Amino acid sequence: MKLNCNIDVHHLTRVEGHGNIKIRIQDGKLVEARWEVVETPRFFEAFLVGKKWDNAPWICGRICGICSIGHTLASIRAVENAFGIVTTEQTRKLRLLLKHMETLQSHILHLYFLAAPDFLNSGSVFPFIESSPEVVVRAAILKLLANDVCDCIGGRRMHPTRTVVGGFTMLPAKKQLSEFGGRLKAACDDLSKTAELFRSFAIPDFSRETEFVSLKGEGDYPFIGGDLISTDGIQKKEYEYKQMTNEYIVEQSTSKWSRLSRKSFAVGALARMNNNFASLHPKALETAISFGLKPVNHNPYMNNIAQLIECIHVVAEASDIINDLLDSEFSEPRQAVTARAGVGVGAVEVPRGILYHCYEFDDTGHIVKCDCVIPTSQNHANIQHDLEELAAQCSRQGKTDRDIELLAQMLVRAYDPCISCSVH
Amino acid sequence: MAETTPEQKNFLGVPVVKPRVAFFELSSCEGCQLQIINNEATLLDFLSLVQVVNFREAMTEKSDEYAIAFVEGSITRKNEIEKLLEIRRNAKILVALGSCACFGGVNQLKNRFDPAWVKREVYGYSPVDTEKAQPLEDFVKVDLNIYGCPVKKEEVEKIVTNLVIGKDIRYPRYPVCMECKANENVCLFDVGEPCLGPITRAGCDSWCPNNKAGCWGCRGPADAANMEEMKKIMDEKGFAEEIMIDRLECFGGFKEYVDKLRKGQAP
Repeated sequence: MKLNCNIDVHHLTRVEGHGNIKIRIQDGKLVEARWEVVETPRFFEAFLVGKKWDNAPWICGRICGICSIGHTLASIRAVENAFGIVTTEQTRKLRLLLKHMETLQSHILHLYFLAAPDFLNSGSVFPFIESSPEVVVRAAILKLLANDVCDCIGGRRMHPTRTVVGGFTMLPAKKQLSEFGGRLKAACDDLSKTAELFRSFAIPDFSRETEFVSLKGEGDYPFIGGDLISTDGIQKKEYEYKQMTNEYIVEQSTSKWSRLSRKSFAVGALARMNNNFASLHPKALETAISFGLKPVNHNPYMNNIAQLIECIHVVAEASDIINDLLDSEFSEPRQAVTARAGVGVGAVEVPRGILYHCYEFDDTGHIVKCDCVIPTSQNHANIQHDLEELAAQCSRQGKTDRDIELLAQMLVRAYDPCISCSVH
Repeated sequence: MAETTPEQKNFLGVPVVKPRVAFFELSSCEGCQLQIINNEATLLDFLSLVQVVNFREAMTEKSDEYAIAFVEGSITRKNEIEKLLEIRRNAKILVALGSCACFGGVNQLKNRFDPAWVKREVYGYSPVDTEKAQPLEDFVKVDLNIYGCPVKKEEVEKIVTNLVIGKDIRYPRYPVCMECKANENVCLFDVGEPCLGPITRAGCDSWCPNNKAGCWGCRGPADAANMEEMKKIMDEKGFAEEIMIDRLECFGGFKEYVDKLRKGQAP
């Protein structure tokens, strides 16, 4: 039994944005365990009002530097749904490929640069440039591949340029696309090595029963649009997203919180996997099973492993999409857009979980109302409740302050929070 | 404030001292910092030039002793002013990294509205601390601006290299249009797309027009940008004033001209 402990992490490092962890144990009792978000709000939902529809994806991509492609795609989908635009198969494939490579880029960044140092007893990845260059180079090669494909499809890896309502401003050259085949094959080997690396890590043994929310696949592992599902059995349509998110304001956070069937729920790689396990690519499924990961897994630290499994999934599927695209005749990249009054919702699975953009337009296509619900803001309440449970458990187990602090930091990092995104 | 290492680099036979550099973010998407670690091909070379002592997004260790501070984001809260003043006191060279730091960026779009309405629209009647979004130079002396949303990593690396080896830093004085022509792109106006390439400062290698997306002016005005001529082109090509304003005001670099346009004072 741990009697006293006082942990105060001001501005947790190796996460995107600003959050604090506070844990206080007195005379063996947990007095406080808090996850505070102190990020400055930027008010995207307010300043979009009055802007014409074509501004939305361009501006909203800038909510986040890490998942700008996901935000752009959710924004585009919301506009297209509002205007009743049905995209071509070609556009859908290109968008999915782009999305997959953002997932790879973001997951690799998190796994190697943000999460791995904790398991290797280091404050950052930088010392490994000298001590284990092959590991850092492997991470760099995987990220570079992902970013190069994003450049090729989206025009730019961050704040993409070619992605527009109705399709793309221009298409990639087939020759360029075909050149990724070999690199994607090499990436499979690099991901096997990544799996070996993570197999050597001791994933903390902690579980708390949780509700998981994600898109629901229709025979596929879902990323862009579709029905919404929770492991507690709730199912809704995309346009009913507010009944899944139920945002509310709390005093300890500049980000809003969410709840569904319980006091909190989780989104992200682990949530997607818990809801769509059987739809994983066979290669990814095999690795998941080798890690003992099966639905419903309630250990938040396993989100790291779920991200790794998704890397394998997206790389395998990206190869298939590229082959399909190379075999098809390219059609016009962009459909015409006619604005109309209405409301549109776009739900997209971005690296950290399900993201919703919703816009209401007047009959000239100007935004009247804007709402964005960010994965990390949906996770904040769950992080809070995990943290309370973790602190209480650590106290019972008599863990040292140092161990508790590290486990608490690793817990938050496992969610891969994108905090500035959550306070958009 | 600087450190030499046994495997010291040379430039023209002169030993290069690795400066201690720090990265900070205010109200932003943190994308400009990310652009720096996003450059896998040259990241390790880049890191060999400097000693990173503060980079919260990537490392736990931190230090207040640094020569160069890169600050991303705009000021939207009082505590950010304090943080910025502290960085200014510590740093020999303060660099505004990206359009939010240089001009206010997309964040300054909220300055169009009554602040009370902005808060209410997002947080209802719950209290939330926020001020007008402003660039760094409204509060401290900025030694160097690196423009762009996002910043172009090649440009950042060039500027940092020049800083480290003591070379002059020069910005292109000409507009994006010049780079676009040199890249032999089809003019976007000819395919019916609006573009601020004729007035926006170059240095991005016409990043957006290369991808058939018209320029939105994220790098601010080129030297002697001819706003009247830009307005004339937009009018002639049949683009409504709203389209021009949307682009001009998106990142905050053309604030004065937008104010004139909105007040109907622009020619």
